[in-house]
Amino acid sequence: MSQAGSISVSNIQKIYDPEGAAVHALENCSCEIPSGKFVAMVGPSGCGKSTLLNMIAGFDKPTSGEIKLDDQLLVSANTQTPPNSDRVVVFQNGALFPWKTVLENIAYGPIVQKTRGRGQAEEEARELLNKAGNLERIAGSFPGQISSGMQRRVEILRALINKPKVLLLDEPFRAMDTVSKSKMHQHLLDIHDKFRPSILLITHDLVEAILLADVVLVMTTRPGTIKVNINVELPRPRSREMILSDEFTELQKQAIAAVHEEARKAFERGEKELA
Amino acid sequence: MLKQLQSTLNWRGFVAIFGFFLIWYLACVLKLPGFAEMANPLEVIQMFVREYAHDDHYWLSWVTSFQRVLYGFLFAQLFGIPLGLLFGTNEKFRNLFFPVFELLRPIPPLAWVPMSILFWPTNESSIIFITFIGAFFIIVINVFDGVRDIKREHLWLALSLGAPRRVVFLRIMLPSVIPSIAVGMTLGIAITWDVVIAAEMIASDSGLGRLTWEGYVSSTPEVLVIGMISIGLAGYLSTKVVNTIESKMMPWRRVRR
Repeated sequence: MSQAGSISVSNIQKIYDPEGAAVHALENCSCEIPSGKFVAMVGPSGCGKSTLLNMIAGFDKPTSGEIKLDDQLLVSANTQTPPNSDRVVVFQNGALFPWKTVLENIAYGPIVQKTRGRGQAEEEARELLNKAGNLERIAGSFPGQISSGMQRRVEILRALINKPKVLLLDEPFRAMDTVSKSKMHQHLLDIHDKFRPSILLITHDLVEAILLADVVLVMTTRPGTIKVNINVELPRPRSREMILSDEFTELQKQAIAAVHEEARKAFERGEKELA
Repeated sequence: MLKQLQSTLNWRGFVAIFGFFLIWYLACVLKLPGFAEMANPLEVIQMFVREYAHDDHYWLSWVTSFQRVLYGFLFAQLFGIPLGLLFGTNEKFRNLFFPVFELLRPIPPLAWVPMSILFWPTNESSIIFITFIGAFFIIVINVFDGVRDIKREHLWLALSLGAPRRVVFLRIMLPSVIPSIAVGMTLGIAITWDVVIAAEMIASDSGLGRLTWEGYVSSTPEVLVIGMISIGLAGYLSTKVVNTIESKMMPWRRVRR
């Protein structure tokens, strides 16, 4: 499937000013998510990763700077293209509608957009579930009845049915155990291979970032900006064994160096703020 | 359903209920302090079978109290749910009316009795009004809280997935608030019985509350106990009915158990 979906973020600044004390969340933040590429973003807590993701999704506006999708202005200080199915988010705590079954959740997008009738949307949802590894059996379950790993997979499918140009993943595997996590990585890689959406994944897990992404962006501590841009040239399809390769180790060293310096800064500042 | 029945009707529960009646009986027979005037369970059962089981007047008390609870409860839902939704969604409306609501809320339902009798044309309508007041404030507050607790992510995602803004209200807001409505119903039905019984004792000549009070006034402790047990059963039944409705309202919760 060839679809556009390149995101370009230029000179984004975001200042929160809730109680007069201006907090610079993002400063001079620029980066690219090329069409069909998998980009991972790592950085210390509170560095503005989610803020940036929310802006791309259309939930928030920058103080200055702009974000473009395929050369169309998406967000700036004065423009905010409302959220739509070009760019769908999967949140860290999950946001499946608990009152809808798995099937109804996945079919939700096409139904509310009226691009397809209920019958057809549900048929497609069923197909997607099947393609994602025989998940048809959970079609009639409610989200509360399935494991959190399953929930995340369903959420990704709910996004995919809309053929989004960009998939925005905000730490979707955060609370998962190692085994489920590595399974989810495989699923996500499969999905990326099959559907080729551009992906922005926020994570704290460097191994995850390197294993999945084409580009790893390391953010600085607040005010957040891109510190390093690491190109991951591991061949695709990726497999878990690549973690053991020398190339992987080398990339990991680079990333650790960059991240730890920022984490230390954030930590020290945190102590100062407490004092 | 069968499983639920089994867990309610467990044998330990039976033992405990039997034990309760046994201790009560012994306490009366041995005339322990405070129990001298009390009727023992056998006397109560005898009295019930002899004079009340076939008595239309007694069963009418049930019907009367149930009607009052039902009307009070339904009106409270009818007015409370929309008001809670309005408070939660419309800031201007909330700024305008919430202070008034907060001033009225702490007034206990029974403090409304005298005014209610003056205001409403019939005794029946004043009792229903007081019952309504009991559940109303609780329901509004619960629904209001429910609206405030709606997950921001759900609203965002609905927009992301292409739902038009006006649809979001109905499709996300309402189902999100259903659990809070259910909590309001559970609390509401309990307080409704509280209020109706007290109101009947103060201001009515019918209903289970009145029956109990008459037992006291006429120094027939058996009647008093029959009244109390009837009220307990009525409350229990209402709660069961409300719980059933709630699980129908939230199929996604029901299956989780």
